[in-house]
Amino acid sequence: MRLFADLVTELGTSTKTNDKLESLITYFSSATDKDKVWVIALFSDRRPRRAVNATQLATWCVELSGLPFWLFEESYHTVGDLAETIALLLPEATITDEAGAKPLHYYVEKLIALEKESEEIKRNFIITAWQEMNTAERFVFNKLITGGFRIGVSQKLMVNALAKTVGITPSIIAHHISGNWDPTQINFEDLISNENLAADLSKPYPFYLAYAIEDDVKVLGEPKDWQAEWKWDGIRGQIIKRSGELYVWSRGEELMTDKFPEYHSLQNNLPDGLVLDGEIIPSIDGKPLPFALLQTRIGRKNVTKKQLQEAPIAFFAYDLLEYNGEDWRTKTLEERRSKLEEVLAAANHPALLLSPVIDFNNWEELATIRSTSRDSGAEGIMLKRKASTYQVGRKRGDWWKWKIDPLTIDAVMVYAQKGAGRRSNLYTDYTFAVRDGDQLITFTKAYSGLTDKEFAQVDAFVKRNSIEKFGPVRTVKPELVFEIAFEGIAASARHKSGVALRFPRISRWRHDKPASEINTLDDLKGMLEVYGK
Amino acid sequence: MALIEFSNKGLYCPAGNFYIDPWKPVDKAVITHAHSDHARWGSQYYLCHTDTKPLLQTRLGPNNYQSINWHEPVYINGVRITLHPAGHIIGSSQIRVEYNGEVWVVSGDYKVEDDGLSTAFEPVPCHTFITESTFGLPIYHWKSQAQIFSDIQQWVLENKAAGKASVLMAYSLGKAQRLLPCLAQVTDTILVHGAVYNIHMALVNAGWQLPPVERVTPDTPKETLKGAVVIAPSSAEGSPWMRKFAPYAVGVCSGWMQVRGARRRRNADAGFALSDHADWQGLLTAVKATGAERVYATHGFQSAFSRYLTEQGIEAGEVKTEYGGEEEESPQDSMKEEND
Repeated sequence: MRLFADLVTELGTSTKTNDKLESLITYFSSATDKDKVWVIALFSDRRPRRAVNATQLATWCVELSGLPFWLFEESYHTVGDLAETIALLLPEATITDEAGAKPLHYYVEKLIALEKESEEIKRNFIITAWQEMNTAERFVFNKLITGGFRIGVSQKLMVNALAKTVGITPSIIAHHISGNWDPTQINFEDLISNENLAADLSKPYPFYLAYAIEDDVKVLGEPKDWQAEWKWDGIRGQIIKRSGELYVWSRGEELMTDKFPEYHSLQNNLPDGLVLDGEIIPSIDGKPLPFALLQTRIGRKNVTKKQLQEAPIAFFAYDLLEYNGEDWRTKTLEERRSKLEEVLAAANHPALLLSPVIDFNNWEELATIRSTSRDSGAEGIMLKRKASTYQVGRKRGDWWKWKIDPLTIDAVMVYAQKGAGRRSNLYTDYTFAVRDGDQLITFTKAYSGLTDKEFAQVDAFVKRNSIEKFGPVRTVKPELVFEIAFEGIAASARHKSGVALRFPRISRWRHDKPASEINTLDDLKGMLEVYGK
Repeated sequence: MALIEFSNKGLYCPAGNFYIDPWKPVDKAVITHAHSDHARWGSQYYLCHTDTKPLLQTRLGPNNYQSINWHEPVYINGVRITLHPAGHIIGSSQIRVEYNGEVWVVSGDYKVEDDGLSTAFEPVPCHTFITESTFGLPIYHWKSQAQIFSDIQQWVLENKAAGKASVLMAYSLGKAQRLLPCLAQVTDTILVHGAVYNIHMALVNAGWQLPPVERVTPDTPKETLKGAVVIAPSSAEGSPWMRKFAPYAVGVCSGWMQVRGARRRRNADAGFALSDHADWQGLLTAVKATGAERVYATHGFQSAFSRYLTEQGIEAGEVKTEYGGEEEESPQDSMKEEND
């Protein structure tokens, strides 16, 4: 456990990507194979099922530390991380060096076995483990239980470290560790080697992702070299048909086949050995509907008939990665597109739509078309070089997203709460309100968009101008005005304002505007009329 | 009438007509210690400890200062004032105020572990204790100073081996001096930023024996900068001044470094939870040792700390002050020291 705790500590403190890479390489070169598999799993969101829940952990920590529960909660709101709060609050270890010597997989396997045990056995195991560990080990141990190793390691970085350690190119590693595999079943060699690949039919390809275009679009050169498509606001996905079976993957590497019954009959319409890349979007008669409708379906275990009627799902396909069992990613976009059109025409399925190519002769014309994106239910335009191959991960050069400017509204901050992670103990999570007559109506939260310096200034304001405290939330004198940017707006019965925003964030601090001049609820409703239908 | 009131200018003693650590100019100010959020410019008269006086002169310039030693009484309008070591920084004092048999103590900032420089914290029995609560949550639990120093030394040696300079971010008054004996054991030369140097010289001129330091100037030779051990205030972080040490690693010395998120926010290569404030246990020990029947918690986690004390059977309340915000040990990164 010490080796893994050291790795997490190093990754958490190093400020340079190269140092992180070195730490990972050192770890992969010295850890046992079993531990390596678990680290790959943990850092790619494949944590074991939760054996004990947060309440149990908190309760046992309170028992051991002798603190009142409210003080545990205060501490938690300040630290912003349950695993770390517990690690800091527990009394010092009574037995040392015991846990450090045990490998990571020992604890992971124990935790998995614990799931079916009684509360008493769980409690004994956790408490004994805590008593053997130092603070750093307790932290990673708690993280194994609560999940979410968000410690500044992207999957890309881990893939690069693995590639360097075992001498295989990163794109192949990325493919190997994607998809469905069970860390308790697989060994390191099999996970990394090629033989394993053939065995897993459901395995998706790593997605190729675009950067946002920052300069004038003209720098891309000749318009005729580029294919333009609408940029959809849905869930990026891959549809895979192999050996008669159909699989649907999301970009978050989640197997979502069962969530979308609309796709199931595709099993009969698509040829074997096929992988399509595209967007999962709610749609009626080929016209995309707001993302908010999709949200009513994901997250549900069972989809109801009503949902199927109100939010039917289609797949807007725009690329073809595998055909006839052959990897097509090294072929040009032009070749892939033409095969894609052929396959879709033959499939002729109502839930499988071809994402159209936008005709344009020059960049000015495309700019005009782009400004109408919202009318087509899109959030901008994708530009893809016709001669490009399908690459791995986010790369510059051949694929660009050219989004429309977001919608904005000026609002006043009314509540604040402390953040998590690197925003621990700082008020960084805000709730905003618009005006309705002489009242303020809250309509959104936003957590991002300010610089560290601005967050520190707002934090100081909150501490000096809080009115009341409700648990972790403080009500604040309504004085600071911010421009909130968002991608979409939909009606919502769950919010007091009657609207829900898509991707809200702070676009700037309006030092120039007093709270008396912010936008009104009527302004929001007006936007809902125009953009929310 | 309470012996000490909480006014919009600071802690006020109506019977003596003086303020303690006022944040606005007043006629008479009694000062706990020389940090800028406690000792502010503009008052007509300052009463402080003998060791604090030269620091105030350095920071606030010439003024009407009166200085006294520990336990040496001064009477203002019949109110008896004595100073008692707070263990926070050199000269830092708790202020004991006595009138008609009633005793209040204002802690200022304090820590209970003896740092060998500031004179060890002295519990002072009183009826009412006004305590700071900067780290008034049980997540703040310090390692011993010896342990932290050993961590810092090891980190410096690792940097040396990797050919890197070690830049330690520490408040120029207090933490910087505390680090000197620790660093002198692993390096021949300790380089310091101008802000640290000014405080250092003020102390040396006042007769303090401190390990020698060398000020970084534009003329400091390149060979000296390479792989150097440097102390700088947090205002230097990310400034062009830092670049001259490249390649370097940054280590932040502050109690806030106890929490990972704070370390990540500072973007430091290492964080050392070395504080001049009492941790949770230290605050509790100090409060109990005073035997006070009433406690007011100021700057920090005053609401959690006072609630906990109340549950422990000690009458406690929270008080909003303007301390802490501009000091180094504030959770924000915006804190700035003196502008030199």
